[in-house]
Amino acid sequence: MTGQVDKVLDCKGLACPMPIVRTKKEMDTLTSGQVLEIHATDKGAKNDLTAWANSGGHELIKDEEENGVLKFWIKKG
Amino acid sequence: MDTETAVKTITVKELARKVLNHEDLFILDARNTDDFDDWKIEGKNVEIINTPYFDLLEGVDSIEDKLPENKEIYVICAKGGSSEFVAQQISEAGFTNVYSVEGGMKAWSEHLEPIKIGELKNGGAIYQFVRIGKGCLSYLVESNGEGAMIDTNRMLEPYETYIKEHNIKLTHVLDTHLHADHISGGRKLAEKLGATYHLPPKDATEVTFDYQQINDGDEYEVGKTTIKAVYSPGHTIGSTSFIIDDQYLLTGDILFIDSIGRPDLAGKAEDWVGDLRNTLYKRYKDLADNLLVLPAHYMGINEMNEDGSISEKLGALYQKNHGLNITDENEFRKTVTENLPPQPNSYQEIRETNMGKITPDEEQQREMEIGPNRCAVR
Repeated sequence: MTGQVDKVLDCKGLACPMPIVRTKKEMDTLTSGQVLEIHATDKGAKNDLTAWANSGGHELIKDEEENGVLKFWIKKG
Repeated sequence: MDTETAVKTITVKELARKVLNHEDLFILDARNTDDFDDWKIEGKNVEIINTPYFDLLEGVDSIEDKLPENKEIYVICAKGGSSEFVAQQISEAGFTNVYSVEGGMKAWSEHLEPIKIGELKNGGAIYQFVRIGKGCLSYLVESNGEGAMIDTNRMLEPYETYIKEHNIKLTHVLDTHLHADHISGGRKLAEKLGATYHLPPKDATEVTFDYQQINDGDEYEVGKTTIKAVYSPGHTIGSTSFIIDDQYLLTGDILFIDSIGRPDLAGKAEDWVGDLRNTLYKRYKDLADNLLVLPAHYMGINEMNEDGSISEKLGALYQKNHGLNITDENEFRKTVTENLPPQPNSYQEIRETNMGKITPDEEQQREMEIGPNRCAVR
């Protein structure tokens, strides 16, 4: 990922709903336009984070999977 | 998160009993809306609403007016974690009868409920195992202490327990065809219990393991009853039906209660549509009207009988199943090859797993099977 990342959040090993609970909490500390990078291992995180970002007005810039770890970059709306 | 208050839970077995008994149920599905729209709990008297758990992190104010005050509220999610969280939020809002469904839709998808279909003439019975979360049906034929399984699902434990409890010696395990919507547990069950595993050879040209061939007219003795193979291609080129005890017709994925099989899951819709036509409009038509049709799937709760089983007389299906009443061959061809529903989740990988070509681990197999079965056309 090139580009600015303002904070990295480690949610590896956490099951639903915790990755989103933590992400939401972390997002609340950021300002609009800042980017949060999230690492998770729960497969459900992908659909849920995408849907959550959409409903919250945030932008999922990119996601990828590397050695079983899902990585997401979400820009605060 | 406050974990002080213990949330009440319910198992998928208890919930399945309620759905099969057609009880009035209120369910809150807390998965994301795409997953909910794709596949959810259905029942004759089930009221279900969807609000993703991530919209309820701060509390349930937004949905409070939709929740019944004097009724149990069952909360379900993908795996059981978020439903517990949401159930707790609802409890804290003052609702008392709130339950989280243990294991979520994942467990729901794997639950099997055995239902007795009927007796056999010389003693024994036939049982239908309803996989209510996925609409898959498998069968156990029991006679004089011997048994045969047909279209076994991946979860072997419920079958093994049942077979053991009833002191049955399993002799034959049969698959009507190479399945594309769920992973067959047939080969494993046969290995574990010392039975022989049988497949139609035309579906097995690429399999990597040994099996016994099922050919048209073959007969299998199970205790004091007989299972007879009737070649009935169309869903797959090998698809074979079984007539049991001259009473029951196991149709696999060729004929359902309110729909017929689709010919496209192995990529050959155009080639197989003629076979499907021939099976449904000639081969089956020559069979006795009073045979009780027992399919390998059902698509909707409207196909379910009062006792939760899925069955109907062949004669009745010729009266009311739309797919058996398309007189024009071109229209039939169009119906079964155009505008088909989406193909089942991971169906290619599932076929390869059933051929023995790939061996995904248990968790991967679970993921592959998530979702509805979609083996039919209406």
